[in-house]
Amino acid sequence: MYFAVVLVILVLGSVAFHLLSPWWMTPIASNWGYIDDTLVITFWITGAVFAAVTLFMAYCLFRFRHREGSKAAYEPENKKLEIWLTAATTVGVAALLAPGLYVWSQFINVPDDAGEIEVVGLQWQWNFRLPGEDGVLGTSDTHLITFENPLGLNPDDPNSADDVIIEADDLHLEIGKPVKILLRSIDVLHDFYVPEFRAKMDLIPGTVTYFWITPTRTGEFEILCAELCGVGHAFMRGLVLVDTTEDYQAWLEEQLTFAELTGDASVKTASRSGL
Amino acid sequence: MVEFTPKAAGTVPPAEVPDVELYHPKSWWTKYVFSQDAKIIAIQYSGTAILIGLVALVLSWLMRLQLGFPDTFSFITVEAYYQFITMHGMIMVIYLLTALFLGGFGNYLIPLMIGARDMAFPYVNMLSFWIYLVAVLVLVASFFAPGGPTGAGWTLYPPQAILSGTPGGQEAGILLMLSSLVLFIIGFTMGGLNYAVTVLQCRTRGMTLMRMPLTIWGIFTATVMALLAFPALFVAGVMMLFDRLVGSSFFMPALVELGERLDYGGGSPILFQHLFWFFGHPEVYIVALPAFGIVSDLISVHARKNIFGYRMMVWAIVIIGGLSFIVWAHHMYVSGMNPWFGFFFATTTLIIAIPTAIKVYNWVLTLWRGDIHFTLPMLFALAFIVTFLNGGLSGLFLGNVVVDVPLSDTMFVVAHFHMVMGVAPIMVIFGAIYHWYPKITGRMLDETMGRIHFWVTFVGSYAIFFPMHYVGLVGVPRRYNELGDLLFVPPSIADLNAFISIAALIVGAAQMVFLFNLLWSLRHGKEAGGNPWRAASLEWQTPATPPEHGNWGKSLPVVYRWAYDYSVPGAKEDFIAQNDPWPEEPERSPA
Repeated sequence: MYFAVVLVILVLGSVAFHLLSPWWMTPIASNWGYIDDTLVITFWITGAVFAAVTLFMAYCLFRFRHREGSKAAYEPENKKLEIWLTAATTVGVAALLAPGLYVWSQFINVPDDAGEIEVVGLQWQWNFRLPGEDGVLGTSDTHLITFENPLGLNPDDPNSADDVIIEADDLHLEIGKPVKILLRSIDVLHDFYVPEFRAKMDLIPGTVTYFWITPTRTGEFEILCAELCGVGHAFMRGLVLVDTTEDYQAWLEEQLTFAELTGDASVKTASRSGL
Repeated sequence: MVEFTPKAAGTVPPAEVPDVELYHPKSWWTKYVFSQDAKIIAIQYSGTAILIGLVALVLSWLMRLQLGFPDTFSFITVEAYYQFITMHGMIMVIYLLTALFLGGFGNYLIPLMIGARDMAFPYVNMLSFWIYLVAVLVLVASFFAPGGPTGAGWTLYPPQAILSGTPGGQEAGILLMLSSLVLFIIGFTMGGLNYAVTVLQCRTRGMTLMRMPLTIWGIFTATVMALLAFPALFVAGVMMLFDRLVGSSFFMPALVELGERLDYGGGSPILFQHLFWFFGHPEVYIVALPAFGIVSDLISVHARKNIFGYRMMVWAIVIIGGLSFIVWAHHMYVSGMNPWFGFFFATTTLIIAIPTAIKVYNWVLTLWRGDIHFTLPMLFALAFIVTFLNGGLSGLFLGNVVVDVPLSDTMFVVAHFHMVMGVAPIMVIFGAIYHWYPKITGRMLDETMGRIHFWVTFVGSYAIFFPMHYVGLVGVPRRYNELGDLLFVPPSIADLNAFISIAALIVGAAQMVFLFNLLWSLRHGKEAGGNPWRAASLEWQTPATPPEHGNWGKSLPVVYRWAYDYSVPGAKEDFIAQNDPWPEEPERSPA
C-alpha cells in the first residue's frame, strides 16, 4: 500500500529530476550531434517504459492489495497477451537499434578528406604528432624510443622528418576540418577522451586505433584519460584548442618538426602552410 | 482468461529415482565443520560470503568518503583508492554474489526444492566450500601483503595490471588476486558440477523439468553458464601469471615503461579483454538468473497467484543464458577492437532485451488480480523489479554501440551496473533470506527491524544510483579518485557527490540492522512452524523444520503438480502443495 505511493513518487521524482536538474551533457563541440540525438531518443523511449511499467505496478499494488477475504485469480498463461507484448518490445528495440547502427556506420567510416593526426599516450601524459608538409605520418616503432626520440619515429623514413612533434603540450585543431585521430600507446591502455567531442577510443600498446571528428566550435577543451592506467590516471590531462584557420596556422608556424628536434640539418624545414 | 478444470496436474512417472545412502556424520566435526550436508555447506558458503561482503561494504564507504569529500581523508591515497575499487568490485561480483547465489542458495534449495536427499556428490560438495574458503583467505591475505592488494581495477586489464605504475602490479597484490581467482574457479567447478548433476539426476518422482520452481531453473541455468564461462577467466588468469612471473608475453606487446624498455613483445592486451568479458558478461547473468528465478517464486507466493506465463519464463531464462555468450564485446565498444564488431554485438545485446523484458512483464502481470501480501520478502521482490527495470533500461543506452561512446568509462556505467547487478540482485538476496530464514532456523526474522532495513535500503540505493547516471552524463569519468578542476564539470557536481556519499553511508549502516536481525532472531524470532508463508513448493513440505540430514525422513515425496498452484478455484485452501494429489487420492509412496 505504502509501496504503491512510494512508486508513484519515485516515478514523478525521477522525471522531475531529469527535467529540472542542472546536470546534462556538456555542450557539444564536434559533428557528433547524431550521437546526442540517439541518446535523447533512448531517454524518451526508456523513460516512457520505466514510467509505464512502474505506474502499472503501483496500480496493481493498490488495487489488488490483500484485504479480508480477497482471493487471487487463477491465470497460468495468456498466449495472446504474451505474444502481443513480445512483438511490441521487439518493435521498441528495433526503434532504438536502427538509429544506433546507422550512426555507428558513420562513426567508423572516416571521410576521404579527413586529415590525420596522431595521439601518443604514456604514463601519464599526452603527446601529439602532425604529419607535416607532406601530409603523411612517418612510421614508428616502440623499439626506436629514446630520450631524443620519445615517440619512436623511424628516422630512416623520409615521411618522418617533417612530422610535427608536440610533447606534453596543447593540441590545436582547425575548426570545420574532419580529422582522423590515430591513437598509439607506448606503455599501457589509455583512452583519449574529450567530453565535448563525444567520441572516444582506447589507446592500445602494440596497435594503432582511431576515431574521427570534425570540430565545430572554437574553444579550449580538456583531454582526459578514460581507461585506468595506473596511479596517475586521474591526473593524465591535456588540452585541445579548436582554432579558426588563421589562429591554427599561426600556432603551427611555431611548432618544431622531428628533424628540427633531432637536429638533423639535412632535412629542410619548409613552411607548413600546406597542412 | 483460461478455462480451468481442477485436476491433479498430469501423471506421475514411475519411480526411477532410487533412494540413496548418505554418509552420516559421526562427530561434531563431521556434522558442523567438515559437513557433507548441503544445508550446512550452504550456511558455510553464505556466512563466508556475507563476511567478505562486509569488507566490500566498508571499502565502498571509504571510496564514497573520498569521492564525496575529496582532500579530507589523507589516509585514502591514490594507491589506496584504486585498491579499494578493485577489491570492492571483485569481492562483490565473485566472492559475494556468485558464491551466495550458487554456493549458498544453490546448496540449500536445490535438494529441497526438487525432492532430493542431498547433492549428487556430497563429498565433492564439501571440498568445493573449503577451496572457496581458501580462495577467500588468499584474497584477504593480499591486504596484508607488502604493497597491499592489486589496484588494477576489477577488470585487471594488462599491461598495467602487472606493471609498477599500478599498486600491487610488481608486488604480491596481483599474484594473490590471480591465485585466488584460480582457486575460486576450481572450487566453484566442483560445486557447479554437483548442482547441475543433482538437478538433472536426483529429482524426486513426479518432479519433471517443467514442474521445477523457477528458482531451480535460474540456479541450474546459471550453473551451466558458469561452468562454461569461468574457464575463460581461468586461462586468462594463468596466462597473466605467466606473463608476470616467467616473462611470457601472452598479453604484453613491446613497451616502454617510464623510459625503460621492457623485455616483453608480441602479446595482445585486447586478447585478455576478450577472454575476460567472455567470462564477464555471462557472469552478469550468472548473478542475475538465480535472482530472476528466486524473485519469481517470491512474487508468486506472496501475491498468492501462480507465476504468469511459467513456460515463457523458463524459456526466457534459457534463451538469456544462451544469448549472454554472444554479447561480451559490448563491454569493448571503445576498446579499439575491430569497429565492425560493433554492429554484431549491438544487435545481439539489444535482442537480449526482449526475453528480459518478457520476464519483467510477467512479474508485473503476476501481481495483476493477485492477493498481494506486503510481507518483507514481497517488499524486497517488488524493489527488485523497480531497480532491475531501471538498470535494465539504462543498459539500452550502453548496449546500443554509438550511444555507449560518450557514456563509456563514465559514472553512467558505474550507476548502470550497480543498479542492475548490484542493487537488484542484492534486493533478491535479502528477500530470499527473509523468505527462507524460517525454514533454515525455524524462526521468523524480526518484522520491525526488517522494515527499517528495507525502506532505508530501497530508497537509499535509489538515491545513490539514480543521480549517479547524471554525473556520468555530464562527462565525469569513473575510476577517478578526485576530479580536480575541470571546465566542463559544474561545481554543483561536488554537492551531488557529497549527497550520494551520505546516502551510501546511511544505506551501509542499515545493513548492520539486518546483520543484527539475523543473529537476534536465531534466539528471539517468532516460531515459524513448517510453512509460515503457506507456500506450495516442496521445500516447505519437509517433515521437520529445520530439515534434518536427508531432508525427507523415511520416504521421498511424490510430486503431482507444478510449484504454483495458488488460489486454485475449488481448492480447500489458497495453495496446493506440490506433493498434494488433490483432487485425487495419494499414491502409495514407493519407499
